Amino acid sequence: MRRKPRIAVWKFASCDGCQLSLLDLEDHLLEIADAVDIAYFLEASRATKPGPYDISLVEGSITTPHDRRRILQIRRQSRFLVTIGACATAGGIQALRNFRKVQEFVRLVYAHPEYIDTLEHSHPVSDFVPVDFELRGCPVNKYQVLELVSALLAGRRPRVPRYSLCQECKRRGLACVMVTRNEPCLGPIVQAGCGALCPAYHRPCFGCFGPAEGAQVAALAQELRRRGRSGPEVVRLLRTFNAWAPEFREESVRHEGA
Amino acid sequence: MNAYWLSRDRLDALLEALKRRGYRVIGPVMREGLPTLAPLERARDLPWGVEARAAPGRYEVREDAPKARAFDFVLTPQGWKRLLFPPERLLFRVRRTDLGYEVTTPDPEAEPPLALFGVRPCELRAIQIHDRVLSQGPFADEAYTARRRAAFIVVVQCTRSLETCFCASVGTGPEAREGFDLALTEVTDGFVVVSGSFKGADLLQEMDLPEATEAQQREAREAVARAARSQRRRLDPQGLRDLLYGNLESPLWQEIGERCIGCGNCTMVCPTCFCTTVEDGSDLSGREAWRIQRWDSCFSVEYAYIHGGSIRRSVASRYRQWLTHKLAGWQDQFGTLGCVGCGRCIVWCPVGIDLTEEVARFREQHAAVAAQEEQP
Repeated sequence: MRRKPRIAVWKFASCDGCQLSLLDLEDHLLEIADAVDIAYFLEASRATKPGPYDISLVEGSITTPHDRRRILQIRRQSRFLVTIGACATAGGIQALRNFRKVQEFVRLVYAHPEYIDTLEHSHPVSDFVPVDFELRGCPVNKYQVLELVSALLAGRRPRVPRYSLCQECKRRGLACVMVTRNEPCLGPIVQAGCGALCPAYHRPCFGCFGPAEGAQVAALAQELRRRGRSGPEVVRLLRTFNAWAPEFREESVRHEGA
Repeated sequence: MNAYWLSRDRLDALLEALKRRGYRVIGPVMREGLPTLAPLERARDLPWGVEARAAPGRYEVREDAPKARAFDFVLTPQGWKRLLFPPERLLFRVRRTDLGYEVTTPDPEAEPPLALFGVRPCELRAIQIHDRVLSQGPFADEAYTARRRAAFIVVVQCTRSLETCFCASVGTGPEAREGFDLALTEVTDGFVVVSGSFKGADLLQEMDLPEATEAQQREAREAVARAARSQRRRLDPQGLRDLLYGNLESPLWQEIGERCIGCGNCTMVCPTCFCTTVEDGSDLSGREAWRIQRWDSCFSVEYAYIHGGSIRRSVASRYRQWLTHKLAGWQDQFGTLGCVGCGRCIVWCPVGIDLTEEVARFREQHAAVAAQEEQP
């Protein structure tokens, strides 16, 4: 019988929520354990096996020189490297610090700033190593994780859409919260994949899946302004979990002080 | 065609008659504050006293109108498309067996037939366009065809228009003349009913309704005519195809592209948009695989992926694709406009792009260029 593919799950600067989403795949965990060898997953087990690994799932952003060295090592040991979640893919909520000088935060926050060894920015993994696939979200959609693993095992491309959340929202039969409630919904520029979770509860999408392919961020920002949102409000809407995604970052800078 | 009188208190008898014939009745009911198409159990679940207001990028509902009328909301946010042509459907499933493979396909005939209660004339026209596209070509969609053939259609003629309606200008409403099983017109105290098929006539006969009086019929005719007159938006089909084909490089596309957010809402709520994609899935064990058909949108970058990448990177080119297909290419392909004048793409566009206004601007620009060329 063919050797089971070996999976490793890695953590960098993050809240562990994406790893928990993996563990939350309760109905499928036995099946997953059957299909793959979970070789390294500290959130689940202290027992670890050395690399190389067929699939590495990486959670968290890269924020220290030590982590930068570690991600290079992980890349060298991994056949497929997949980022899971907004932190690993775009720098996460902690990338908010990228808009200010980090040394000033360090001076203000820590009694002994000299012990802090940090990079200037909170980086997406792709700033340092090639990434084979991204799963978006804060946290990831656990069914997308399942789909990813199933696809890699079958040697096919994972079915992970790149289009806007609106399409998922309308397929689900929901009425647009922007049109019916004038909510500042980011759905039109955000990648689908969550199943339109927030609009289903009349909440505007706040963009945890990051920019959709071809996202027209400037056009949406212009519409939000037309609908009465101020510059600072637009900045705040664009600066959450994917603040450092280039499309969101550039547009948010344009509305600063506006 | 004989017109009958259905008083409000006999609506339930009509619903019962449909259910007795085995139909699953779908109609407008209030869900989370909005008129929504869902299983319709009793006439009192209809949106009595609900009025919708629509504008580009805006839709709101008022529930304080007199409770005497059930269809003044005019259009639900989404139409009937999802019932006959669902957003997602399983095409087949394959299982590994000891001997090879076993393929199973869902049987559309196994579903109970649908009675669509409260189809508006523009929406009926959209269904007829889908018949042409999905059932009458060389690659008929069997599931759609089976569902459609079994369905019973109760049209409700429009006695009120939304601000975004323009069916009168494209000739699809506010009155349907054929293609339904029954057509109701809402007037004071009840409905004038006509049948449009054998199935419809048979049901009316069973209900043993009185004939509508001349006054009731006149009120119905006048209400529909008033709805038509109240429409301010227009889409002039005259020369539309050549207008768009003749302006494929117009700078107006770029200008629209700066406003369009490329979200695809227009295509999702459009009752005629029919593009789908096909996706394959497989399970962890590799024992089972499946193929799913899903609504697609020409506003996705991926929609136009070919070898080497997407051929429509700019949103301007995607909007142009949508509008020229809907209003021009459709005529070449199917001999009809792809637009029925329901205005949903205007209402549900988060940035309120209005195709009637955009087409008018193309006309103006075209006329201006023509005038310039005539100058010596």
